Amino acid sequence: MEPRTLLVQYIRESAGLTGTNIGCDTSSCGACTVHLNGESVKSCTVLAAQVDGMEITTIEGLAQADGTLHPMQQAFHECHALQCGYCTPGMVMACASLVEENQNLTENEVREGLEGNLCRCTGYHNIVKAVLEVSGA
Amino acid sequence: MIPANFDYLRVDSVEGALNALQEHGDEAKLIAGGHSLLPLMKFRLSAPAYLVDINRLDDLKYVREENSHLVIGALTRHSDIETNPLIKENAGLLASATHHVGDPQVRHRGTIGGAIAHGDPASDIPSALLALNATVVVTGPEGAREIPIDDFFVGFLETDLKDDEMLTQIKVPCVPDAKWSFQKFNRRAQDWAIVGASILVNNGQSGISLVNMHSTPFRASAVEEAIASGANAVEASEQAAIGTEPTSDINASVEYRKHLARVLVKRGLEEAGL
Ligand SMILES: Cc1cc2nc3c(=O)[nH]c(=O)nc-3n(C[C@H](O)[C@H](O)[C@H](O)COP(=O)(O)OP(=O)(O)OC[C@H]3O[C@@H](n4cnc5c(N)ncnc54)[C@H](O)[C@@H]3O)c2cc1C
Ligand code: FES
Ligand code: FES
Repeated sequence: MEPRTLLVQYIRESAGLTGTNIGCDTSSCGACTVHLNGESVKSCTVLAAQVDGMEITTIEGLAQADGTLHPMQQAFHECHALQCGYCTPGMVMACASLVEENQNLTENEVREGLEGNLCRCTGYHNIVKAVLEVSGA
Repeated sequence: MIPANFDYLRVDSVEGALNALQEHGDEAKLIAGGHSLLPLMKFRLSAPAYLVDINRLDDLKYVREENSHLVIGALTRHSDIETNPLIKENAGLLASATHHVGDPQVRHRGTIGGAIAHGDPASDIPSALLALNATVVVTGPEGAREIPIDDFFVGFLETDLKDDEMLTQIKVPCVPDAKWSFQKFNRRAQDWAIVGASILVNNGQSGISLVNMHSTPFRASAVEEAIASGANAVEASEQAAIGTEPTSDINASVEYRKHLARVLVKRGLEEAGL
Protein backbone atom coordinates (compact mmCIF):
# COMPACT_ATOMS: atom_id res chain seq x y z
CA MET A 1 0.00 0.00 0.00
CA GLU A 2 1.33 3.46 -0.87
CA PRO A 3 1.75 5.76 2.16
CA ARG A 4 -0.51 8.31 0.47
CA THR A 5 -3.49 5.91 0.45
CA LEU A 6 -6.45 7.55 2.16
CA LEU A 7 -8.39 5.53 4.72
CA VAL A 8 -11.58 5.78 2.65
CA GLN A 9 -9.73 4.47 -0.41
CA TYR A 10 -8.37 1.56 1.60
CA ILE A 11 -11.82 0.74 2.97
CA ARG A 12 -13.52 0.83 -0.43
CA GLU A 13 -10.84 -0.45 -2.77
CA SER A 14 -8.64 -2.77 -0.70
CA ALA A 15 -11.10 -4.06 1.89
CA GLY A 16 -13.91 -4.02 -0.68
CA LEU A 17 -16.38 -2.46 1.76
CA THR A 18 -18.31 0.00 -0.39
CA GLY A 19 -20.90 1.00 2.22
CA THR A 20 -18.74 4.00 3.11
CA ASN A 21 -19.35 6.67 0.46
CA ILE A 22 -17.22 9.51 -0.87
CA GLY A 23 -19.10 12.78 -1.33
CA CYS A 24 -17.02 15.94 -1.31
CA ASP A 25 -13.55 14.42 -0.79
CA THR A 26 -12.66 17.60 1.12
CA SER A 27 -13.80 16.79 4.69
CA SER A 28 -17.00 18.84 4.39
CA CYS A 29 -19.93 16.47 3.74
CA GLY A 30 -19.50 13.61 6.22
CA ALA A 31 -20.46 10.86 3.73
CA CYS A 32 -17.19 9.04 4.49
CA THR A 33 -17.64 9.02 8.30
CA VAL A 34 -16.41 5.86 10.07
CA HIS A 35 -15.44 5.12 13.67
CA LEU A 36 -11.77 5.15 14.63
CA ASN A 37 -11.37 3.51 18.04
CA GLY A 38 -15.07 4.24 18.57
CA GLU A 39 -15.06 7.94 17.54
CA SER A 40 -16.47 9.43 14.34
CA VAL A 41 -13.86 10.66 11.83
CA LYS A 42 -13.94 11.60 8.16
CA SER A 43 -12.03 8.84 6.39
CA CYS A 44 -11.23 11.05 3.37
CA THR A 45 -8.95 13.07 5.66
CA VAL A 46 -7.04 10.29 7.43
CA LEU A 47 -4.20 8.25 5.93
CA ALA A 48 -4.66 4.48 6.04
CA ALA A 49 -1.07 4.17 7.32
CA GLN A 50 -1.90 6.35 10.33
CA VAL A 51 -4.48 3.90 11.70
CA ASP A 52 -2.38 0.75 11.43
CA GLY A 53 -3.39 -1.51 14.34
CA MET A 54 -6.40 0.59 15.37
CA GLU A 55 -10.04 -0.43 15.33
CA ILE A 56 -12.11 0.86 12.41
CA THR A 57 -15.87 0.31 12.26
CA THR A 58 -17.73 1.00 9.04
CA ILE A 59 -21.49 0.86 8.44
CA GLU A 60 -21.07 -2.83 7.54
CA GLY A 61 -19.92 -3.57 11.08
CA LEU A 62 -22.61 -1.74 13.00
CA ALA A 63 -25.36 -4.39 13.03
CA GLN A 64 -24.86 -7.56 15.06
CA ALA A 65 -23.61 -10.73 13.39
CA ASP A 66 -27.14 -12.21 13.35
CA GLY A 67 -28.40 -9.19 11.43
CA THR A 68 -30.03 -7.38 14.39
CA LEU A 69 -29.77 -3.69 13.53
CA HIS A 70 -27.87 -1.22 15.70
CA PRO A 71 -30.40 0.98 17.59
CA MET A 72 -29.46 3.94 15.37
CA GLN A 73 -30.10 1.93 12.19
CA GLN A 74 -33.42 0.76 13.63
CA ALA A 75 -34.39 4.36 14.50
CA PHE A 76 -33.48 5.57 10.99
CA HIS A 77 -35.71 2.81 9.62
CA GLU A 78 -38.63 3.62 11.91
CA CYS A 79 -38.41 7.42 11.59
CA HIS A 80 -37.96 7.35 7.81
CA ALA A 81 -34.66 9.23 8.22
CA LEU A 82 -33.44 8.59 4.68
CA GLN A 83 -34.55 9.05 1.12
CA CYS A 84 -31.90 8.44 -1.56
CA GLY A 85 -29.56 6.96 1.06
CA TYR A 86 -26.33 8.49 -0.16
CA CYS A 87 -25.54 10.35 3.07
CA THR A 88 -26.97 7.57 5.24
CA PRO A 89 -23.93 5.39 6.06
CA GLY A 90 -21.91 8.44 7.16
CA MET A 91 -24.94 9.97 8.86
CA VAL A 92 -25.67 6.82 10.89
CA MET A 93 -22.01 6.53 11.94
CA ALA A 94 -21.91 10.20 12.99
CA CYS A 95 -25.21 9.87 14.90
CA ALA A 96 -24.10 6.70 16.69
CA SER A 97 -20.88 8.42 17.84
CA LEU A 98 -22.80 11.53 18.94
CA VAL A 99 -25.15 9.49 21.12
CA GLU A 100 -22.28 7.40 22.47
CA GLU A 101 -20.66 10.62 23.78
CA ASN A 102 -23.78 12.46 25.02
CA GLN A 103 -26.95 11.14 26.60
CA ASN A 104 -30.25 13.04 26.73
CA LEU A 105 -29.44 15.36 23.86
CA THR A 106 -31.70 18.32 23.13
CA GLU A 107 -32.96 18.89 19.59
CA ASN A 108 -30.58 21.81 19.26
CA GLU A 109 -27.62 19.74 20.39
CA VAL A 110 -28.49 17.07 17.82
CA ARG A 111 -28.68 19.60 15.00
CA GLU A 112 -25.38 21.12 16.09
CA GLY A 113 -23.81 17.70 16.53
CA LEU A 114 -24.64 16.84 12.93
CA GLU A 115 -23.09 20.01 11.47
CA GLY A 116 -20.46 17.90 9.70
CA ASN A 117 -22.94 15.81 7.71
CA LEU A 118 -24.87 17.05 4.71
CA CYS A 119 -28.11 15.53 3.44
CA ARG A 120 -29.67 16.78 0.23
CA CYS A 121 -32.97 14.91 0.55
CA THR A 122 -34.54 14.75 3.98
CA GLY A 123 -34.33 18.30 5.31
CA TYR A 124 -32.78 16.64 8.40
CA HIS A 125 -36.06 16.61 10.31
CA ASN A 126 -36.48 12.84 10.49
CA ILE A 127 -32.77 12.30 11.08
CA VAL A 128 -32.99 14.52 14.16
CA LYS A 129 -36.08 12.57 15.25
CA ALA A 130 -34.20 9.28 14.95
CA VAL A 131 -31.29 10.54 17.04
CA LEU A 132 -33.62 11.92 19.73
CA GLU A 133 -35.35 8.54 19.83
CA VAL A 134 -32.08 6.74 20.57
CA SER A 135 -30.64 9.35 22.94
CA GLY A 136 -33.55 8.78 25.28
CA ALA A 137 -34.97 12.33 25.14
CA MET B 1 -7.92 13.74 -4.72
CA ILE B 2 -4.78 11.94 -3.63
CA PRO B 3 -1.67 13.64 -2.21
CA ALA B 4 1.65 13.48 -4.06
CA ASN B 5 3.82 10.57 -2.95
CA PHE B 6 5.90 10.80 0.21
CA ASP B 7 7.79 8.58 2.63
CA TYR B 8 5.84 7.91 5.82
CA LEU B 9 7.77 7.82 9.11
CA ARG B 10 6.03 7.04 12.38
CA VAL B 11 7.79 8.16 15.56
CA ASP B 12 6.97 7.34 19.16
CA SER B 13 8.89 10.03 21.05
CA VAL B 14 9.71 13.72 20.86
CA GLU B 15 13.33 12.70 20.37
CA GLY B 16 12.37 10.50 17.42
CA ALA B 17 10.43 13.37 15.85
CA LEU B 18 13.32 15.81 16.34
CA ASN B 19 15.78 13.32 14.82
CA ALA B 20 13.59 12.90 11.76
CA LEU B 21 13.28 16.68 11.38
CA GLN B 22 17.03 17.10 11.74
CA GLU B 23 17.77 14.41 9.19
CA HIS B 24 15.34 15.58 6.50
CA GLY B 25 15.29 19.35 7.09
CA ASP B 26 12.63 21.30 5.24
CA GLU B 27 11.71 18.23 3.15
CA ALA B 28 9.91 16.83 6.21
CA LYS B 29 6.59 17.82 7.77
CA LEU B 30 5.10 16.66 11.04
CA ILE B 31 1.56 15.38 10.82
CA ALA B 32 -0.69 15.61 13.90
CA GLY B 33 -4.47 15.49 13.28
CA GLY B 34 -3.79 16.11 9.60
CA HIS B 35 -6.93 18.21 9.28
CA SER B 36 -5.08 21.24 7.97
CA LEU B 37 -2.12 19.47 6.34
CA LEU B 38 -3.91 16.65 4.46
CA PRO B 39 -6.37 18.99 2.70
CA LEU B 40 -3.37 21.09 1.55
CA MET B 41 -1.58 17.95 0.35
CA LYS B 42 -4.68 16.67 -1.46
CA PHE B 43 -4.91 19.97 -3.33
CA ARG B 44 -1.13 19.61 -3.98
CA LEU B 45 -0.53 22.97 -2.31
CA SER B 46 1.91 21.14 -0.07
CA ALA B 47 4.05 18.16 -1.10
CA PRO B 48 6.50 17.18 1.63
CA ALA B 49 8.93 14.36 0.74
CA TYR B 50 8.69 12.95 4.28
CA LEU B 51 5.68 12.86 6.56
CA VAL B 52 6.55 12.35 10.22
CA ASP B 53 3.51 11.02 12.10
CA ILE B 54 3.43 12.18 15.73
CA ASN B 55 -0.08 10.85 16.53
CA ARG B 56 1.24 8.07 18.75
CA LEU B 57 3.09 10.39 21.15
CA ASP B 58 0.60 9.62 23.91
CA ASP B 59 2.71 11.47 26.49
CA LEU B 60 1.89 14.72 24.65
CA LYS B 61 -1.85 14.21 25.26
CA TYR B 62 -2.70 15.72 28.65
CA VAL B 63 -4.26 18.63 30.53
CA ARG B 64 -2.86 19.40 34.00
CA GLU B 65 -2.92 22.25 36.48
CA GLU B 66 0.52 23.46 37.68
CA ASN B 67 1.33 26.70 39.54
CA SER B 68 -1.93 28.45 38.62
CA HIS B 69 -1.47 27.50 34.97
CA LEU B 70 -3.10 24.92 32.79
CA VAL B 71 -0.45 22.97 30.90
CA ILE B 72 -1.73 21.26 27.79
CA GLY B 73 0.13 18.71 25.67
CA ALA B 74 0.45 19.63 21.99
CA LEU B 75 -1.23 16.41 20.81
CA THR B 76 -4.40 16.94 22.88
CA ARG B 77 -7.37 16.69 20.53
CA HIS B 78 -10.01 19.40 20.22
CA SER B 79 -12.73 17.02 21.48
CA ASP B 80 -10.74 16.39 24.67
CA ILE B 81 -10.21 20.12 25.25
CA GLU B 82 -13.80 21.26 24.73
CA THR B 83 -15.03 18.72 27.31
CA ASN B 84 -12.19 18.92 29.86
CA PRO B 85 -13.46 20.04 33.31
CA LEU B 86 -10.17 21.80 34.25
CA ILE B 87 -10.27 23.85 31.06
CA LYS B 88 -13.97 24.63 31.35
CA GLU B 89 -13.42 25.90 34.89
CA ASN B 90 -10.15 27.80 34.46
CA ALA B 91 -10.14 28.87 30.81
CA GLY B 92 -13.74 28.59 29.62
CA LEU B 93 -12.93 30.79 26.63
CA LEU B 94 -10.58 28.13 25.23
CA ALA B 95 -13.19 25.38 25.67
CA SER B 96 -15.79 27.52 23.91
CA ALA B 97 -13.53 28.54 20.99
CA THR B 98 -12.51 24.90 20.54
CA HIS B 99 -16.15 23.82 20.52
CA HIS B 100 -16.70 26.22 17.60
CA VAL B 101 -14.06 24.47 15.43
CA GLY B 102 -15.48 22.58 12.44
CA ASP B 103 -17.67 19.64 13.47
CA PRO B 104 -17.41 16.66 15.85
CA GLN B 105 -15.48 14.54 13.34
CA VAL B 106 -12.91 17.33 12.80
CA ARG B 107 -12.63 17.83 16.57
CA HIS B 108 -12.00 14.11 17.10
CA ARG B 109 -8.82 14.43 15.00
CA GLY B 110 -7.51 18.00 15.14
CA THR B 111 -4.98 18.88 17.86
CA ILE B 112 -4.28 22.12 19.72
CA GLY B 113 -0.62 21.97 18.69
CA GLY B 114 -1.51 21.60 15.01
CA ALA B 115 -4.01 24.45 15.20
CA ILE B 116 -1.31 26.80 16.55
CA ALA B 117 1.63 25.52 14.50
CA HIS B 118 -0.36 26.01 11.30
CA GLY B 119 -0.50 29.75 12.05
CA ASP B 120 -3.82 30.31 10.32
CA PRO B 121 -5.36 33.75 11.05
CA ALA B 122 -8.80 32.22 10.36
CA SER B 123 -8.41 29.64 13.11
CA ASP B 124 -10.48 30.03 16.28
CA ILE B 125 -7.98 28.57 18.74
CA PRO B 126 -5.05 31.01 18.42
CA SER B 127 -7.45 33.86 19.08
CA ALA B 128 -8.58 32.37 22.40
CA LEU B 129 -4.95 31.77 23.37
CA LEU B 130 -4.04 35.40 22.60
CA ALA B 131 -6.86 36.69 24.80
CA LEU B 132 -5.76 34.30 27.56
CA ASN B 133 -2.08 35.37 27.30
CA ALA B 134 -0.85 31.83 26.72
CA THR B 135 2.76 30.72 26.31
CA VAL B 136 3.90 28.24 23.66
CA VAL B 137 6.62 25.73 24.54
CA VAL B 138 8.67 24.41 21.62
CA THR B 139 11.39 21.76 21.78
CA GLY B 140 14.42 21.55 19.50
CA PRO B 141 17.87 19.96 19.42
CA GLU B 142 19.04 22.35 22.17
CA GLY B 143 16.09 21.72 24.45
CA ALA B 144 12.89 23.62 25.16
CA ARG B 145 12.18 27.34 24.85
CA GLU B 146 9.08 29.34 25.79
CA ILE B 147 7.51 31.84 23.41
CA PRO B 148 4.83 34.32 24.50
CA ILE B 149 1.86 33.78 22.17
CA ASP B 150 2.14 37.39 20.94
CA ASP B 151 5.59 36.62 19.45
CA PHE B 152 4.67 33.24 18.00
CA PHE B 153 2.71 34.27 14.89
CA VAL B 154 5.01 36.12 12.49
CA GLY B 155 3.18 36.11 9.13
CA PHE B 156 0.47 34.42 7.07
CA LEU B 157 0.75 30.68 7.94
CA GLU B 158 4.16 31.53 9.39
CA THR B 159 5.27 31.04 12.97
CA ASP B 160 8.43 31.36 15.02
CA LEU B 161 8.89 27.54 14.88
CA LYS B 162 12.19 26.53 13.27
CA ASP B 163 12.43 23.60 10.82
CA ASP B 164 14.09 21.43 13.48
CA GLU B 165 11.68 22.27 16.32
CA MET B 166 8.32 20.93 17.40
CA LEU B 167 5.59 22.42 19.53
CA THR B 168 5.24 20.37 22.70
CA GLN B 169 3.14 22.28 25.23
CA ILE B 170 0.82 25.24 25.73
CA LYS B 171 0.63 27.08 29.07
CA VAL B 172 -2.49 29.04 29.93
CA PRO B 173 -2.85 31.15 33.10
CA CYS B 174 -5.87 30.00 35.14
CA VAL B 175 -8.59 32.66 35.26
CA PRO B 176 -11.54 30.96 36.97
CA ASP B 177 -13.18 34.31 37.83
CA ALA B 178 -12.81 35.96 34.43
CA LYS B 179 -15.85 36.82 32.33
CA TRP B 180 -15.49 35.81 28.70
CA SER B 181 -17.24 35.40 25.38
CA PHE B 182 -16.35 33.75 22.08
CA GLN B 183 -18.11 35.24 19.07
CA LYS B 184 -18.02 33.63 15.63
CA PHE B 185 -19.82 34.88 12.55
CA ASN B 186 -20.35 32.45 9.67
CA ARG B 187 -23.14 31.50 7.30
CA ARG B 188 -23.24 27.72 7.71
CA ALA B 189 -22.87 25.82 10.97
CA GLN B 190 -19.61 24.01 10.23
CA ASP B 191 -17.84 26.87 8.44
CA TRP B 192 -14.73 28.77 9.38
CA ALA B 193 -15.28 32.24 10.85
CA ILE B 194 -15.85 35.09 8.41
CA VAL B 195 -14.83 37.10 11.47
CA GLY B 196 -14.54 35.98 15.09
CA ALA B 197 -13.66 37.58 18.42
CA SER B 198 -12.31 36.33 21.73
CA ILE B 199 -13.19 38.46 24.73
CA LEU B 200 -11.80 38.06 28.24
CA VAL B 201 -12.42 40.53 31.06
CA ASN B 202 -10.81 39.99 34.46
CA ASN B 203 -10.60 42.64 37.22
CA GLY B 204 -10.41 45.58 34.83
CA GLN B 205 -7.80 43.79 32.70
CA SER B 206 -8.89 42.52 29.32
CA GLY B 207 -7.70 40.27 26.53
CA ILE B 208 -9.36 40.94 23.18
CA SER B 209 -8.42 39.28 19.89
CA LEU B 210 -9.85 38.77 16.43
CA VAL B 211 -10.16 35.87 14.00
CA ASN B 212 -9.59 36.40 10.26
CA MET B 213 -8.95 40.14 10.47
CA HIS B 214 -5.21 40.22 9.66
CA SER B 215 -2.40 38.16 8.14
CA THR B 216 -1.87 36.68 11.63
CA PRO B 217 -4.16 36.03 14.60
CA PHE B 218 -4.68 39.59 15.86
CA ARG B 219 -4.67 41.22 19.30
CA ALA B 220 -7.06 44.19 19.35
CA SER B 221 -4.79 46.35 21.54
CA ALA B 222 -6.82 49.51 20.92
CA VAL B 223 -9.87 47.87 22.52
CA GLU B 224 -7.81 46.63 25.47
CA GLU B 225 -6.42 50.14 26.03
CA ALA B 226 -9.89 51.70 25.82
CA ILE B 227 -11.17 49.28 28.47
CA ALA B 228 -8.16 49.98 30.70
CA SER B 229 -9.03 53.69 30.59
CA GLY B 230 -12.62 53.07 31.56
CA ALA B 231 -14.52 52.84 28.25
CA ASN B 232 -17.82 50.97 28.18
CA ALA B 233 -18.67 48.20 25.69
CA VAL B 234 -19.98 50.54 23.00
CA GLU B 235 -17.04 52.96 23.21
CA ALA B 236 -14.40 50.22 23.39
CA SER B 237 -15.83 48.21 20.49
CA GLU B 238 -15.57 51.23 18.21
CA GLN B 239 -11.79 50.68 18.33
CA ALA B 240 -12.03 47.03 17.20
CA ALA B 241 -10.89 47.44 13.58
CA ILE B 242 -7.95 49.71 14.37
CA GLY B 243 -4.70 48.25 13.03
CA THR B 244 -6.38 45.33 11.25
CA GLU B 245 -5.71 44.50 7.59
CA PRO B 246 -8.41 41.98 6.62
CA THR B 247 -8.76 40.55 3.12
CA SER B 248 -11.72 40.84 0.82
CA ASP B 249 -13.14 37.56 -0.51
CA ILE B 250 -16.35 35.86 -1.63
CA ASN B 251 -17.72 36.03 1.94
CA ALA B 252 -17.04 39.63 2.86
CA SER B 253 -15.41 42.88 1.78
CA VAL B 254 -12.77 44.62 3.86
CA GLU B 255 -15.30 47.18 5.09
CA TYR B 256 -17.85 44.51 6.02
CA ARG B 257 -15.21 42.58 7.97
CA LYS B 258 -14.31 45.73 9.91
CA HIS B 259 -17.98 46.28 10.65
CA LEU B 260 -18.31 42.67 11.84
CA ALA B 261 -15.27 43.08 14.11
CA ARG B 262 -16.88 46.07 15.84
CA VAL B 263 -20.25 44.34 16.18
CA LEU B 264 -18.81 41.07 17.49
CA VAL B 265 -16.53 42.80 20.00
CA LYS B 266 -19.49 44.83 21.27
CA ARG B 267 -21.64 41.71 21.64
CA GLY B 268 -18.80 39.88 23.33
CA LEU B 269 -18.05 42.70 25.76
CA GLU B 270 -21.71 42.95 26.69
CA GLU B 271 -21.91 39.21 27.19
CA ALA B 272 -18.82 39.47 29.42
CA GLY B 273 -20.67 42.02 31.51
CA LEU B 274 -18.75 45.18 30.55
C1 LIG C 1 -13.72 20.55 7.49
C2 LIG C 1 -12.81 21.30 8.43
C3 LIG C 1 -13.31 22.38 9.13
C4 LIG C 1 -12.49 23.10 10.01
N1 LIG C 1 -13.03 24.16 10.66
C5 LIG C 1 -12.26 24.87 11.51
C6 LIG C 1 -12.82 25.99 12.20
O1 LIG C 1 -14.00 26.32 12.07
N2 LIG C 1 -12.01 26.69 13.04
C7 LIG C 1 -10.70 26.32 13.24
O2 LIG C 1 -10.03 26.97 14.02
N3 LIG C 1 -10.16 25.26 12.60
C8 LIG C 1 -10.90 24.54 11.74
N4 LIG C 1 -10.35 23.46 11.09
C9 LIG C 1 -8.93 23.14 11.30
C10 LIG C 1 -8.74 22.15 12.42
O3 LIG C 1 -8.88 22.81 13.66
C11 LIG C 1 -7.35 21.54 12.35
O4 LIG C 1 -7.42 20.33 13.00
C12 LIG C 1 -6.21 22.32 12.96
O5 LIG C 1 -6.13 23.60 12.42
C13 LIG C 1 -4.88 21.69 12.68
O6 LIG C 1 -4.64 20.73 13.63
P1 LIG C 1 -4.12 19.31 13.19
O7 LIG C 1 -3.74 18.60 14.42
O8 LIG C 1 -5.10 18.66 12.30
O9 LIG C 1 -2.76 19.69 12.40
P2 LIG C 1 -2.08 19.09 11.10
O10 LIG C 1 -2.95 19.26 9.92
O11 LIG C 1 -1.57 17.73 11.38
O12 LIG C 1 -0.83 20.07 11.00
C14 LIG C 1 -0.97 21.43 10.65
C15 LIG C 1 0.42 22.07 10.54
O13 LIG C 1 1.02 22.14 11.83
C16 LIG C 1 2.23 21.39 11.87
N5 LIG C 1 2.25 20.72 13.19
C17 LIG C 1 1.25 19.95 13.71
N6 LIG C 1 1.56 19.60 14.98
C18 LIG C 1 2.76 20.15 15.25
C19 LIG C 1 3.61 20.17 16.40
N7 LIG C 1 3.27 19.53 17.54
N8 LIG C 1 4.77 20.85 16.32
C20 LIG C 1 5.12 21.51 15.20
N9 LIG C 1 4.37 21.54 14.08
C21 LIG C 1 3.20 20.87 14.11
C22 LIG C 1 2.18 20.44 10.69
O14 LIG C 1 3.47 20.12 10.23
C23 LIG C 1 1.40 21.26 9.69
O15 LIG C 1 2.23 22.16 9.05
C24 LIG C 1 -11.13 22.71 10.20
C25 LIG C 1 -10.62 21.63 9.50
C26 LIG C 1 -11.43 20.91 8.62
C27 LIG C 1 -10.86 19.75 7.87
S1 FES D 1 -16.09 12.65 1.46
FE1 FES D 1 -15.15 12.85 3.39
S2 FES D 1 -16.25 14.50 4.25
FE2 FES D 1 -17.08 14.43 2.23
S1 FES E 1 -30.99 10.78 2.03
FE1 FES E 1 -30.29 11.56 0.14
S2 FES E 1 -28.60 12.74 0.76
FE2 FES E 1 -29.43 12.20 2.63
